[in-house]
Amino acid sequence: MIEVKGLVKTYGTKRAVDGVSFTVRRGDILGFLGPNGAGKSTTMKMITGYLRPDAGSALVDGTDVAADPVAVKRKLGYLPENAPAYPEMTVAEFLGFIAEVRGFSGSEARRAHVARAARLTHLEPVLGQAIETLSKGYKQRVGFAQALLHDPAALVLDEPTDGLDPNQKNEVRSLIRSMAVEKAVILSTHILEEVEAICTRVIIISRGRVVVDETPAALQARKPGARLDEIFRSLTQSE
Amino acid sequence: MIKPLFKREFLGYFRSPVAYVFLVAFLVISVSLALSRFGGFFEANSASLERYFIFYPWLFLFLVPAVGMRLWSEERRSGTIELLFTLPVTTLEAVVAKFLAAWAFVVLAIALSFPLVITVAYLGSPDWGVMASSYLGAVLMAGAYLGVCSLTSSLTRNQVVSFVVGVVVCAALLFLGLSGFTHFLEGFLPVWIADAVANFSFITHFEPLLKGIVDPKDIVFFLSVIGSALLLNVIALER
Ligand SMILES: Nc1ncnc2c1ncn2[C@@H]1O[C@H](COP(=O)(O)OP(=O)(O)OP(=O)(O)O)[C@@H](O)[C@H]1O
Ligand SMILES: [Mg+2]
Repeated sequence: MIEVKGLVKTYGTKRAVDGVSFTVRRGDILGFLGPNGAGKSTTMKMITGYLRPDAGSALVDGTDVAADPVAVKRKLGYLPENAPAYPEMTVAEFLGFIAEVRGFSGSEARRAHVARAARLTHLEPVLGQAIETLSKGYKQRVGFAQALLHDPAALVLDEPTDGLDPNQKNEVRSLIRSMAVEKAVILSTHILEEVEAICTRVIIISRGRVVVDETPAALQARKPGARLDEIFRSLTQSE
Repeated sequence: MIKPLFKREFLGYFRSPVAYVFLVAFLVISVSLALSRFGGFFEANSASLERYFIFYPWLFLFLVPAVGMRLWSEERRSGTIELLFTLPVTTLEAVVAKFLAAWAFVVLAIALSFPLVITVAYLGSPDWGVMASSYLGAVLMAGAYLGVCSLTSSLTRNQVVSFVVGVVVCAALLFLGLSGFTHFLEGFLPVWIADAVANFSFITHFEPLLKGIVDPKDIVFFLSVIGSALLLNVIALER
């Protein structure tokens, strides 16, 4: 579903992403791990067509992002880091806007999609509230609602549970797990238990390079008995 | 895909009090300039709005950058630009939609001068052709100013910088046509070069329209300023 081949991105003299390759199939939930500044967000921005890679390519459902960015953006749902949204709009206005841009122009279809996204992310109580007045967790949910509004075949989520309370974290995880049956999902996170809980595959990147690409069980098997954060530390500090 | 973007941007102006402050300020300043000693609206003793429109190039110099400064700077600052450009829209569509929304807002401000039209119609018998071409000139010139400001706002995330650079570039395009400046150039440059330079000024192309002379050259000038500014705008964003 998502195929990434040799992505490279350089900022000035700093190589943020240095030849990242992987594929994600339908039904996969790929956990994207790595220390701060490893290049996770930059990789996601290239997959979603926000940044143009200096080399390499990203294909979504067989379509190259560089060749037809709009077609790829139609297929993808993307939650950017920090869940940006237009602060002066209410949640309902914002989701209505997203629905309209996503091509649901009839008011009936629009309302149905907004209602569904709001229900899945438990936003109903704040639909009439301006986004700038929401707490961080609710803002994060608005970003999540926006990403899954059009029921996309592939989801790219940059730290989807960042800022959520423990109940909401669990809620979002089970939502991702239930949706992932027919979707390809990439999510980045700093929470290692999250990977154990929902991911079917783990990629660890460090300084722009993939250092691990395997199942959570295989990662655990590298050092039986050790905690995942110890394994993570030894893998990302060794170089 | 232009419609939802246009709608969000245009209604966005009215989500904050700034829009109303702007509309009132524009009306008060433009009318009081016309009625002042410098304008001599009543002293001129003619049923025309020339004394009102004559200040537009100067008024626009500050008021249009105030409208245009937020167009892209705000998206960059709040991070929503990443959201916008991972929705299924092309850069050109987004640039055109946002520009048209800002233009519509300025046109609304211009349209609020209609009580003046009623006044001159009541006091005398105005030349409706001249009136129409003056309004046409005002709308076109506003578009040209706004195109420049949309471009400058795409270059920075800081609205103040965006405003100042917008004013400076617009001022340059204004001063080129002042007769004093043209005479100054003629002092050491061939006349045809001085004329060519003056030809790039908003004033040179606005004044004929104020007098009721609708020359396609002037209309093409304003439209091509808009077109090239928006094209550069697209290039600046895709960089
Ligand atoms: N616009 C930019 N200009 C210059 N450097 C950048 C820019 N964006 C990212 N970088 C650099 O690229 C590297 C990778 O950044 P990226 O945001 O992809 O990291 P990350 O893995 O998402 O980190 P985090 O876990 O903190 O979110 C960092 O060193 C960062 O400083
Ligand atoms: Mg990141």
